Amino acid sequence: MGETTKTAQHGLSEHSHGFGVPIQTRSERLKSQKLDDFDEISTREEQWRYIGADRLGGLDQADLEEFLGDIETTLAEGVETSWVDADHKLFGSAGIPEDRVAAAGWEAAKAAYLVSIPVSVTDSAQSTLTITSSSKDPAALHIIVEAKRGSDSVVVIDHRGDAILSENIEFVLEDQAKLTVVSIQDWNHGSIHNGAQYAMLGKDSTFKHVMVTLGGSVVRMTPSAYFGAAGGDAALYGLYFADAGQYLEHRIFVDHATPNCKSRVTYKGALQGAKAHTVWVGDVLIRAAAEGTDTYELNRNLLLTDGARADSVPNLEIETGQIQGAGHASASGRFDDEQLFYLQARGLPELEARRLVVRGFLMEVVQQIGVPELEERLAASIEDELERSAS
Amino acid sequence: MATLEIKNLHVSVETDQGKIEILRGVDLVIKSGETHAVMGPNGSGKSTLAYSIAGHPKYEVTQGEILLDGENVLEMSVDERARAGLFLAMQYPVEIPGVSVSNFLRTAKTAVDGKAPALRGWVADVRQAMESLKMDPAFTERNVNEGFSGGEKKRHEILQMELLKPKMAVLDETDSGLDVDALRVVAEGVNRIKSENQMGLLLITHYTRILNYIKPDFVHVFVAGKIAEQGGPELADRLESEGYDRYVNA
Ligand SMILES: Nc1ncnc2c1ncn2[C@@H]1O[C@H](COP(=O)(O)OP(=O)(O)O)[C@@H](O)[C@H]1O
Ligand SMILES: [Mg+2]
Repeated sequence: MGETTKTAQHGLSEHSHGFGVPIQTRSERLKSQKLDDFDEISTREEQWRYIGADRLGGLDQADLEEFLGDIETTLAEGVETSWVDADHKLFGSAGIPEDRVAAAGWEAAKAAYLVSIPVSVTDSAQSTLTITSSSKDPAALHIIVEAKRGSDSVVVIDHRGDAILSENIEFVLEDQAKLTVVSIQDWNHGSIHNGAQYAMLGKDSTFKHVMVTLGGSVVRMTPSAYFGAAGGDAALYGLYFADAGQYLEHRIFVDHATPNCKSRVTYKGALQGAKAHTVWVGDVLIRAAAEGTDTYELNRNLLLTDGARADSVPNLEIETGQIQGAGHASASGRFDDEQLFYLQARGLPELEARRLVVRGFLMEVVQQIGVPELEERLAASIEDELERSAS
Repeated sequence: MATLEIKNLHVSVETDQGKIEILRGVDLVIKSGETHAVMGPNGSGKSTLAYSIAGHPKYEVTQGEILLDGENVLEMSVDERARAGLFLAMQYPVEIPGVSVSNFLRTAKTAVDGKAPALRGWVADVRQAMESLKMDPAFTERNVNEGFSGGEKKRHEILQMELLKPKMAVLDETDSGLDVDALRVVAEGVNRIKSENQMGLLLITHYTRILNYIKPDFVHVFVAGKIAEQGGPELADRLESEGYDRYVNA
């Protein structure tokens, strides 16, 4: 990429960040299940710096409808689903809202859809939840995925159709559980989706999370990973493609509160067209108790045309000197004409060459996921998106 | 039988100091099966000549012509030139993250031929070509030029030339950065491809070393954006002993 790069490597010592430091540290941020505990949305607040309440379709207000769309499932053998009430012990066990819109959804959803993965599920057996909606009444949905001790599975959550939705999804990983989650946001134009996702990692558990955001007018995803015990491993991947007028925001939070955990955050986005706007904020907090932490976060954006805007803000807060490593890299760059020339010089027409470069840029994330079936599926999604955006 | 004709070629680039002329009237005719060495000091405009033939958008042709079998190359886009049978082995090949060598090669072959190669024959062709260039087959799984050493990049360029079978190839300092063993492997590859396809070859180099392995039919000394002298292979020998000083200071 012909790019403006901001890269930083963090050593073991404390250092200052200068520009981009949150005024309030992430550990002090308000958490609540109640809408009223949060102020009305204002762009003066860090969380709402890039998008105003006027574009949230009413999701910041009380009395959202309960979700009335479909949840269609294809489940791996042994996986069970049910609706559970808010007094269920798992409700709120992975995390609770840290912003007003998530709290609005939390309060409005009186029950949660529970997906329970028993220990008998192994070998990355895959379950899929296809969430479809055709209503544009502001609605709320709560899902809980529970991965039992020692289970090993993949859960794909695919969002499609028309919706204005505040969604909370909890992932509860018991000790030694392995869970890979793919969350696909491929809504129709005009949809608004705020998706708060919380993962609580048990001892020596492995969490892989893949965020794929392609369709929808305003999509704001806030995946968080909390380490509840030592030895956890979280890898958070993301890819997004914003077309003209689309607003796609991803706010990642990795909370290292226990020793010897590892996290990797890798998000890549492509933008094309006037007013295509993406925001990526990566907050990584290493608390005093989190000795031996190893973390790295990366965000790269590829601007394919003029008039698109990518904001990229990594925040690393380190409260202990006893860590393995911590670093971040963030870069947003324009399409590289030298790559285009190289491919054209090998006979590829310009459009095909451009597509190959974008596909490659995004596939770099997909290549790291390590589940071949998913890789193929995501490659196909990228292909579709490129097809659509070319026309 | 193909002919590449370059007539009175003037080329400029846009720089911070405004537009500057780099090529100042280049004349060159290359026919199938011929090897022309273009030799010159750094900054004389050799890469500019190569890029101008391939159609790099940074280089503006202000005067002159390039014809391939009488067809006006300057009116063709970069990819049309490639499909017409021109090939440039780049001095600095570009990385394409996330695109595997195997995908890249097949895509390029399909584009140049106008149809996808038959799968079985293609896989065998790639394997064979890599073997003769002493490239590890695992290479095809890697992303294009990413993390390649200098020598690997150059072999990869020649691999593409072998598979795409151009009529005319321009090799821009393919020899630089190669150790003697690698140079020999690459040179053997070039010679083999050339004799198989009756390809015309424009070999751009700073040093005479590669000419011990690839015998030129013609040698052109390139200085300050044009050809200062031309002759047969003996001219290269003279450059070897005398260097470019007498041209540069002339
Ligand atoms: N894209 C460019 N922008 C600015 N100057 C250029 C560009 N390409 C070449 N030049 C200048 O043109 C001259 C010739 O460069 P080049 O063709 O690369 O020479 P060679 O390959 O013989 O070393 C040099 O002075 C170089 O700085
Ligand atoms: Mg050069």
